[in-house]
Amino acid sequence: MKYTQNDAPLYEAMKNFRQNRVVPFDVPGHKGGRGNEELTEFLGVNCLKADVNSMKPLDNLCHPVSVIKDAQELAAEAFGAAASFFIVNGTTGSVQAMIMSATKEGDKLIMPRNVHRSAINALVVNGATPIYVNPGVNNELGIPLGMSVADVEKAILENPDAKAVLINNPTYYGVCSDLKSIVELAHKHNMLALVDEAHGTHFYFGKNMPLSAMAAGADMASVSMHKSGGSLTQSSILLLGPSVNADYVRQVINLTQTTSASYLLMSSLDIARKNLALNGAEIFDKATKYAQYSRSEINNIGGFYAFGPELIDGDAFFDFDKTKLSVNTMNTGLAGIEVYDILRDEYNIQIEFGDIGNILAYISAGDRALEIERLISALAEIKRRYSKDKTGMFDHEYINPIVSLSPKKAFFSSKKSMKLNECSGKICGEFVMCYPPGIPILAPGEKITNEIINYISYAKEKGCFLTGTQDMEVNTLQIVEE
Amino acid sequence: MDLWYTENHTDDVKFSLKVDRQLATCQSDFQRIDIFESKEFGRILTLDGYLMVTEKDEYIYHEMITHIPLATNPDIRKVLVVGGGDGGTVRELARYKHIEKIDMVEIDEKVVELCKEYLPTLSCSLDDERVTIYYEDGMKFVRNTPDSNYDLIIVDSTDPFGVGEGLFTKEFYGNCFRSLTDDGILVNQHESTFYDSYANSMKRAHSRIKDFFSTALVYQAHIPTYPSGHWLFGFASKKFDPRRDLKAEWWNSLGLVTKYYNTILHTGCFAIPNNVRNTLRETYK
Repeated sequence: MKYTQNDAPLYEAMKNFRQNRVVPFDVPGHKGGRGNEELTEFLGVNCLKADVNSMKPLDNLCHPVSVIKDAQELAAEAFGAAASFFIVNGTTGSVQAMIMSATKEGDKLIMPRNVHRSAINALVVNGATPIYVNPGVNNELGIPLGMSVADVEKAILENPDAKAVLINNPTYYGVCSDLKSIVELAHKHNMLALVDEAHGTHFYFGKNMPLSAMAAGADMASVSMHKSGGSLTQSSILLLGPSVNADYVRQVINLTQTTSASYLLMSSLDIARKNLALNGAEIFDKATKYAQYSRSEINNIGGFYAFGPELIDGDAFFDFDKTKLSVNTMNTGLAGIEVYDILRDEYNIQIEFGDIGNILAYISAGDRALEIERLISALAEIKRRYSKDKTGMFDHEYINPIVSLSPKKAFFSSKKSMKLNECSGKICGEFVMCYPPGIPILAPGEKITNEIINYISYAKEKGCFLTGTQDMEVNTLQIVEE
Repeated sequence: MDLWYTENHTDDVKFSLKVDRQLATCQSDFQRIDIFESKEFGRILTLDGYLMVTEKDEYIYHEMITHIPLATNPDIRKVLVVGGGDGGTVRELARYKHIEKIDMVEIDEKVVELCKEYLPTLSCSLDDERVTIYYEDGMKFVRNTPDSNYDLIIVDSTDPFGVGEGLFTKEFYGNCFRSLTDDGILVNQHESTFYDSYANSMKRAHSRIKDFFSTALVYQAHIPTYPSGHWLFGFASKKFDPRRDLKAEWWNSLGLVTKYYNTILHTGCFAIPNNVRNTLRETYK
């Protein structure tokens, strides 16, 4: 290869292109921002000038032959992958390409149930059937963990015809499964190992991080570069191992991905990859130190539990991502979502998410010590001013699903609307989830129970932002007509 | 030679002082620190290019941030100064023999080091035996302070952007409230209202303080080298009203010589002009 990790071929081609002052008689119609003054003032002229169309000197994402190809090869090298694809439809796009490359209508896919909606969405589109492995659960925290190797093995032995195993690693909370053993197990039974690594970009660049998917020998992995990687929102990378046919995967990506890929997103991937390759170790060392400091200070406040590597158990909590600042709020008598709302409304601090019993603050190299101190001090104040008795609080985030129909069959069947509190015993025809984190409470094809109805009502009452349903207020659910 | 130090008071307004020479410059872990010798204002200290104190007019700020609370409550024994690395606030406090303990928490040790060397008229009391200096983040220090630990907290901070940002937040004021005794008083550097960028910080700070303290007032002083020359301080207390509770006779009996503060001005400085009152009213919406 003529390039090294010090290069960013797509970025450099875009800079050269700009200097050549080519006269644009192609889209986009704003022509470097001149056609839309207000937008240019808001976003900046450099941003608008970088918003260009595919053309020979800048390559084409659908069929890359020059600078995008080079940039993708550099990304593959940086991540230790055999090939990589830039994705401009978010990691949702990466996860769907991964699942739709590995399975087709009627195929079985072994996966944990606490996945992001994008994974189950892919099954609604392509008609594969999920074989759910219930994640491990930490009863004290009430959170779902990774998958235990024994549970995966049981699912594999019961479904030897399954095509692939999907692993969610790390979880949003930072919990890792025993990736290496699960990948080996899948390969031993001729199944592909796919990893939703949306929250694990930094595993490839930081020191003393949990094992990454490519290092564990996985066949495909989706990394959200825009999360810890520092690229623009909606940009992502799909990584492939050596045994996957990359040309087929490209065709699958092109089934649903735009033919007008944004050069803002793609150049951000190229520049972010270069930055990670050159400075990643230092960047994530800083984030880790901030997170570890925050954990110890927050645990001194009392009431809050910022959990960490002390929970590692060699099984469903096999490893922990120490850059994650996940804090259990139950002993303050406040739901995570309540702490999340108070932080924003009273203290002007926006964190990543709050759910029933936890909050997650996203820590990165972009933070400064003074903001870390603000977060910790605000939590101390919330404890002092708002904490209350914890009786009557819901104590778990995860309910084992009862799958009655495949997601595709349920989603496309005839459905009718029914009041939420009357739905017990019915089969759900749509998704219900709190967003974030975007892990479905109900997926299409799952049986609705009283426990689930109570959970949804409780989440609504506490102020969770519920999504996925036709009814924007989630007073009714679409149920499958029997 | 024609050497000038300039501070932008807004994007379109400049304030300049003729400088004779630069005495010190240093990039600390937190900010750039410079000390200049000027013709008109004596030695001046700037942080990240912003003017903090000049020898010629620093007494106005330091007298007003200390004597107002001290003349209101004669029983103040234990004081915390947050910021104040130049030492001017501690110098005024140290003049009160009945104060037993002065803790100062300053994030930047370099500021103290340079002020001790180049601004001795301000830093002269930092070695007083009642003074303990902690070099750490002010917010963190207050968070880890036990309940009801201080009779007076003085927030002698920079502006609410950059290093001093945390000292204008609700979480900071809440922790100050908790750290103060029932007789406690919180006094803070409170920006000004004349220019919009400062006015917004001032409004936010005031409404956050008011959330915690039953008495939350602002008082004013005229400081020539600060933007607009008109500067505000916040006075917050769980119990005292500084206008009603002024112990004028007692304070005058102490025989402290001041250049700006006196007990008549004490009550008068709370008589704020309409532009400030109107800005504060906007806060109450």
